[in-house]
Amino acid sequence: MKSFTTHTGLVAPMDRANVDTDLIIPKQFLKSIKRTGFGPNLFDELRYLDTGEPGRDNSTRPVNPDFPLNFERYQGASVLLARKNFGCGSSREHAPWALEEFGFRAVIAPSFADIFYNNCFKNGMLPIVLSEADVEQLFQEMYADEGYSLTVDLAEQTVVSPKGNRYAFEVDAFRKHCLLNGFDDISLTLLDSDKIHAYEDARKNTKPWLFGAVSQ
Amino acid sequence: MSGKTLYDKLWDDHEVSRRDDGSSLLYIDRHIVHEVTSPQAFEGLRLASRKPWRVDSVVATPDHNVPTTTAERAFGVEGIADPISKIQVKTLDDNCDELGIVEFKINDQRQGIVHVVGPETGACLPGMTIVCGDSHTSTNGALGALAFGIGTSEVEHVLATQCIVAKKMKNMLVRVDGELGKGVTPKDVVLAIIGKIGTAGGTGYAIEFGGTVFRAMSMEGRLTVCNMAIEAGARAGMVAVDDITLDYVKGRAFAPKAEHWSLAEKNWRELRSDDDAVFDEVVVIDGSDIQPQVSWGTSPEMVLPVGGSIPDPALESDAVKASGYSRALEYMGLKPGQAIKDIAVDRVFIGSCTNSRIEDIRAAAAVVKGRKKAASVKEAIVVPGSGAVKLQAEAEGLHKVFIEADIEWREPGCSMCLAMNADRLGAGEHCASTSNRNFEGRQGYGGRTHLVSPAMAAAAAIAGHFVDVREF
Ligand code: SF4
Repeated sequence: MKSFTTHTGLVAPMDRANVDTDLIIPKQFLKSIKRTGFGPNLFDELRYLDTGEPGRDNSTRPVNPDFPLNFERYQGASVLLARKNFGCGSSREHAPWALEEFGFRAVIAPSFADIFYNNCFKNGMLPIVLSEADVEQLFQEMYADEGYSLTVDLAEQTVVSPKGNRYAFEVDAFRKHCLLNGFDDISLTLLDSDKIHAYEDARKNTKPWLFGAVSQ
Repeated sequence: MSGKTLYDKLWDDHEVSRRDDGSSLLYIDRHIVHEVTSPQAFEGLRLASRKPWRVDSVVATPDHNVPTTTAERAFGVEGIADPISKIQVKTLDDNCDELGIVEFKINDQRQGIVHVVGPETGACLPGMTIVCGDSHTSTNGALGALAFGIGTSEVEHVLATQCIVAKKMKNMLVRVDGELGKGVTPKDVVLAIIGKIGTAGGTGYAIEFGGTVFRAMSMEGRLTVCNMAIEAGARAGMVAVDDITLDYVKGRAFAPKAEHWSLAEKNWRELRSDDDAVFDEVVVIDGSDIQPQVSWGTSPEMVLPVGGSIPDPALESDAVKASGYSRALEYMGLKPGQAIKDIAVDRVFIGSCTNSRIEDIRAAAAVVKGRKKAASVKEAIVVPGSGAVKLQAEAEGLHKVFIEADIEWREPGCSMCLAMNADRLGAGEHCASTSNRNFEGRQGYGGRTHLVSPAMAAAAAIAGHFVDVREF
């Protein structure tokens, strides 16, 4: 897995609450059996003025001039500033895949939906929860200052603004540890194989109906 | 010390180990797999030369991409017209065949929407931990199980280790007291709950649904409610085990039999919150206050009783909320003050993992019987949740009720719930839908979804606009 330590990058807005994963990456793109190729269709319904289809050349499509991610000033953005309940709805990991491939390394919001939050960490992307007031402050500073960028330091658990204001955020120790080091979760879990086997053996005795019940 | 909640009990029973940082390794009993969120996980497994930890814990079925017209379905996978959809369904077949995973293939009578098939076949049982790469896995919590959706990386993780790394959530009790009025369904109950606590109200919580309304509710109704726990922000929703649960499970194909049944039953009887259990949050709703619901916006919390009218964003004090309302009204093509009943309906969809079980089909058929779809409604479709539901409905003659009313009777799958197959809304079209998400574009680019119960959707199909099914 990709690691995340510190990152400084241009900030772009997604200024609405309850952004769902259908909006982040619409369903027609979920037909792919690959992990890549979703970046060009991130926020497809907002970014373009027509309906996107998998396999279509996006460079010939009409672009929505009113959508901030299409603005000149946000080109190259790698930190997304968002509102509450970001990533709600479907569990599709295609959402963080699309954000990551587009170039985002961190998303800052007052709150995230649980599954999306979890999925980010598996993909080297850091979701950061700040208070509603702090997020509002960052939105205002960003709108006022073209080229506004933020520095995220995972080890320190801080977001630092261009003025030098520091915003502390919480992140659980295990996720932080994995992300800092780019650890592969599966290998880590398999270190506990003995415990899993022991648990399973005990379960076969106490709850035998849970094993071998389904058949073709 | 206070007692344990149902969630506490389920959690404790599955904790393999707890790490110093507070995260736990949680054992997974049942892993349900569909074609959309699994290919990258199987690929990951292969690339790392890993094998599934316990093949007999996995059950798969294709649902999202499968066509629902009989003509397209007749030729199985090969008949899927969309070549990309076909590859995805084929990939699931190939992965399952290669690894020896039990799969109900496209025209297997047991095929259907994952969350309908799990409980119906007895693959999902009380007391289990159940995961699937799909957020509506919460549905299975109705059995008295801990069930939640996971991402594709976690699908791979569970395949490889039989566990997930998780942190315990907080406990919330949503208690609906009293009795439901006539014509008020489980769908209305869960929409009213979401309207009250909001789409993020349950974030970070596991919700237990309790109170007299749930004790009296059928198993299928409980499945409908737990299905939409995720729309309230909660990854998991659940209902305590009682006689209704046990009666439902008994005799299902993969349910325990003979001495295993007695052992299981004894175990399952314990699956309820202790009387002195403490919840971090308790929400109480009076069941008799709940009216048939219709969503008007682009988030499931934007929902009103059918007698209501569209809210005015100008009267909303919270600025983020007000702008959300304005955007929703613009997208939905609605005006503040407009009566819900004045919204004309272009299409009707009865189906999805929320409302495609036999009771849902019966409820819709009861409203439709002897009537005709309004001419102004371009299309109304009923999509049973599984092959088994379809067969049962046909045995009861329900399909004829729909066909005689000019309502289409389809093959099982997710269909217009997310429009990954050919069933979808056109831009600007209003749809009375029994599904669970009214997000922008969910049922088709520019489509306008109104979430309702099966009876309300059926009534809208007949009337051509929303009506109060109690007066219909
Ligand atoms: S019916 Fe809809 S919500 Fe349910 S699993 Fe299928 S796509 Fe998802």
